[in-house]
Order: sequence, then C-alpha cells, then structure tokens
Amino acid sequence: MKLETFSYLPQLSEAQIRGQVQYIIRQGYAPAVEYTDEPDAYNNYWTMWGLPMFEARDAAAVIFEVEACKRANPGSYVKVNGFDKTRQAQAISFVVYAPPADAD
Amino acid sequence: MAEAKSTDVKNQLFSAGVREYRTMGYYNTNYVPKDTDVLAAFRVTPQAGVPWEEAAAAVAGESSTATWTVVWTDKLTNLERYQAKCYRIEPVPGVDDQFIAYIAYDLALFEEGSIANLTSSIVGNVFGFKPLKALRLEDMRIPSHYARTFQGSPHGILVERDLLNKYGRPLLGATVKPKLGLSGKNYGRVVYEGLRGGLDFTKDDENTNSQPFQRWRERFLYCQDATSKAEAETNEQKGHYLNVTGPTMEEIYKRADFAKEIGAKVVMSDFLTIGWSAHTSLSIWCRENGMLLHCHRAMHAVMDRQKNHGINFRVLAKWLRLAGGDHLHTGTVFGKLEGDRNQVTGVADLLRLDKIPQDPTRGLYFDQEWGDLPTVLPVASGGIHVGHVARLLDLYGDDVILQFGGGTFGHPLGVAAGATANRVAVEAMVQARNEGRDYLGEDKQILAEAAKHSPELRAAIDVWKDIEFNYTSTDTVDVVASPTNA
Repeated sequence: MKLETFSYLPQLSEAQIRGQVQYIIRQGYAPAVEYTDEPDAYNNYWTMWGLPMFEARDAAAVIFEVEACKRANPGSYVKVNGFDKTRQAQAISFVVYAPPADAD
Repeated sequence: MAEAKSTDVKNQLFSAGVREYRTMGYYNTNYVPKDTDVLAAFRVTPQAGVPWEEAAAAVAGESSTATWTVVWTDKLTNLERYQAKCYRIEPVPGVDDQFIAYIAYDLALFEEGSIANLTSSIVGNVFGFKPLKALRLEDMRIPSHYARTFQGSPHGILVERDLLNKYGRPLLGATVKPKLGLSGKNYGRVVYEGLRGGLDFTKDDENTNSQPFQRWRERFLYCQDATSKAEAETNEQKGHYLNVTGPTMEEIYKRADFAKEIGAKVVMSDFLTIGWSAHTSLSIWCRENGMLLHCHRAMHAVMDRQKNHGINFRVLAKWLRLAGGDHLHTGTVFGKLEGDRNQVTGVADLLRLDKIPQDPTRGLYFDQEWGDLPTVLPVASGGIHVGHVARLLDLYGDDVILQFGGGTFGHPLGVAAGATANRVAVEAMVQARNEGRDYLGEDKQILAEAAKHSPELRAAIDVWKDIEFNYTSTDTVDVVASPTNA
C-alpha cells in the first residue's frame, strides 16, 4: 500500500521528518498533525490531533505532537500537513508513521 | 510624427479614396491606454519602403475598424472609440527590419467570454495584409475586466490537488506508447502498468481518437478498468486522460458523458484542432460535471514556431487560461521539443499565478492580472527522464505535471518499473530540496542514494544517464542572450 508523497522512499527517519517539518515552517506554512485507521485515497478527513500549529517556530514542537499522537493511537496512521494561508490551500502532506503490521 | 487630430479625421473623411492609416487616428503616441483596454504587442516586419508608423497604424486599423478605403458610414459611429490605436513602437534589438508595435483596443470591441471573437479581431485579416512581410503577435494584456467574463479552468491547481489528495510534489504522467495501433485491451495494459508503478496519470495522445484499430468506447472502458485496478492496488488516486477529441461537438459531448458515466476523472481535448468555441464548451461541461480537463496543444507549432510570423505560444496559453483547462502542455527546456528556458517559465507563471509582472527577459511584454481566474497546471513533456528531475524541479517547483513517456515505457525492467523509477526520483529530489540540500549540484548523488533502495531507479540511471537534446531554440527573446539550456 502506498500513501502518496514520500511513500516511494524508505520510511522517513526522525531526522528526515524534522527536515521536512523545518521546511514547512520555513515556508511560512502552518503544520498540522492528523491520524486515522482508514488511510484510503478517498478519505478526505483524517482526525485532527489538535489544531494546526499556527505559531510553531520550531520543528521540535511538531515532532513532540507527532510522538504524542503515535503513543495515544498506536494502531493509526499519522501524517503531517502544511497549510499555506496565502494560497488558501494545503501545500504539503506526508505520512510520518504507519502501524508496524501495515508498513511496507 | 505628427498625430492625426480627431477633427482632421472628420474633415478628411469627406474625400473618398485610399488613405494612410496613420492619418486616421490608428497611430497615436499620445494615447494613454486605459486599464480596461486589451493591449497587444505585435512584431511587425514591413515590406521594404513602408514607413514603420504606417505599418503599425495599418496593423491597428486592419485588426479593428478600418478597411482599405474610406467609407461614408464611418461617420455614423464614434470611430475614435472603436478604432485600435498604436500608442508606441520600439525597434527590435539587433534586427533592422522589425519593430514591436503596441496597440490598444477598447473593451467594447470584444464579445464577453468569446475567444473566437477575440481572435477573429486581433489575428484575423491583418495577418495576410500585403504591406507587411510578416507579423507576429508576441503578447497580449488581457484586462481582468475582460478575463472575468470567462469561466476559466474547470477546477484549477488547488482544487485538483484537493480532489486527488496529492500535495507537495510534482505530479507524474506518461503518454501511452505506441500511441497508435494497439488494441483497446493491450492499450489498457500499458495504462495499468504505468499507474500501478507509481504514476498519477497516463495519457492518450493527441491523435488517439477513434480509429479502426481501436474505437473510443473500447479504449475508455479498458483504461477505466486499468485505472480502478491500479487505484485499488496502490491505495492512491489515479487518472487516465481520455481524449474526447471528435469530429463534431455532439460526438465530443457523447464521449465526455460516457467518460463520466464510467467513473473517469479526467478528459482531454486537442483544443487547437477542435477549435476555441468547441473547447470552451467542453471546459464549461467539465466544470458542471466535475471532470478535470487536460489540454493538448497539437497544431501550436504551426502558429508559434517562426520568430517573425504567427502567434507566440504565450498568447495561446493566455487564451487557454481564459477558455479553461486544468492542464496545458507547455514544452520542456531539456527535452526533445522546442522551448527556451526563460520563455517556458514565463508561460508557466502566466498559467499558475494571478499577477505576473512585465519582464522582457522572459518575453512578458505586459503586466498581466487575471482577477482570480482559476489556474492551470503546466505539463512538461517530451524527451525527459530521471536525469532531468532536479532541473525540472528547479524550473517549475511543485506545480507541474512531469510526463516521462519514453522515460517510463522504455525502462529495461518494464513499464511499472519505469513508473516507479520516476516516482522515486521525484520524491527523493523533493525530499532533498525541502531539507535544504543543494539538489541541483548534488543531483547525481541524491539519485544514487535513492537508487540504493530502488533497483528500478538504478536501472533507469544506467540507461539514460547522459541523454540530452541540446539544439538551439528557434525562438528566443530579443533583449538578452538566452541559451537553450542554462
């Protein structure tokens, strides 16, 4: 099973996830964490892990929330989004965690 | 150059006979264009002995109200309003027989929402006008007042990304090869392999319509079956551009309706060969029916390739943005088809942004403001492969469709492997860019690292590592030296 952007690369390491989150912040996008048990291609609305982090200036805060989301939902998929308010759009989205049984 | 005063025009109109256009108000360097005027920049090559001002005035006249002689009925209208005015001429650097004429047209000259009317006026009779050796429409400023009378793209880039759940990377496509001669079922096989390997889209070619070896209905059904299977396997959304180009509008609608009925997401139009009005109708149908619209520019080079005559592609692209299309082929800088780097990115921005500033180094003669008309995804296609990914990402950013045809189907391990190689290369390059790496300088290393986890990419690198198409573009901008491959 593939999960869109970066799913053709090996699972991202924590350092690689941090690199991507820093990019989101550098671009001025608002990072957000979401999770779901049903990651199919037509599932538009994953569950929000809190609100988008509009004030985030540091990737560590986002990574902290990713880890907290994983701990609370060990059987779920977790992704990070970046929202670009000037274009009124989601600019980036990638899955950072797949439960072990489903990872490929 | 003395300006023809309006009173002169009125007085002189009494005497019938052939008149010089420049004395009739078509050449007026004191005219200040209004925000609502349609502006055009023509490259004019007059016949020997024809003064520039007269040639420029003739272009303005023949593309608006004038005919070859004076007609008394001119006196029944407000000619000063309806006549186009050449308000500036500029020499072309390095060429002594050409100049650029800037011409302003009152908004009232044009029917709302009609490319047919706009083009019949501005590139109508005037292109065959004898006192000119050659004429090329280089650019137009479409005032947002006029732009908003068009629907524009059925969806636009942002909506398409939401619909397809694809963010933060270029999209990937490929045109099925061979483009002619496959049976419907074998054709669908190529679609299935390409999509399941990791492409987002596959594509009919421009002349894949409904021929004896493969009728459209059969192709549509097999391609949709292939698309659905690939979606189920990969858990990603996929699409195949079903070319609905047909002999009549009724037939085009019939094919588009059928595509929607069987669950397809995207149809395709050869917008120049079916014609602007047919394409605009299809674009409106696509908005109403929630179908993406892919636009192929077959026939464009007939109009846009000669530097001194025809219509620059950027103008065709602007008209397409008005008529509407979600994707438009715009050429590549590195591949096998024509395209100068500055001009290609200039066109890409005309399609993707709302306000594009004048920039002579990119061939943009005017500021262009679209008034929130939806955007169009540029498609880079033709002779590109994994070795070009870093430069393509640098040129276009994320909002582009990269179509690797030979680069997918020519892969030694098969079509799906070719698709995977392209997808891995694009994702690895995006990842490196986002991490702040010098991905242009380190592109070979980035691909080699990614290839450690991808035998498909490894094989692609080995096959295509050094293939380039370094011919000089026949169409370059005048103001700066612009090599084909920067």
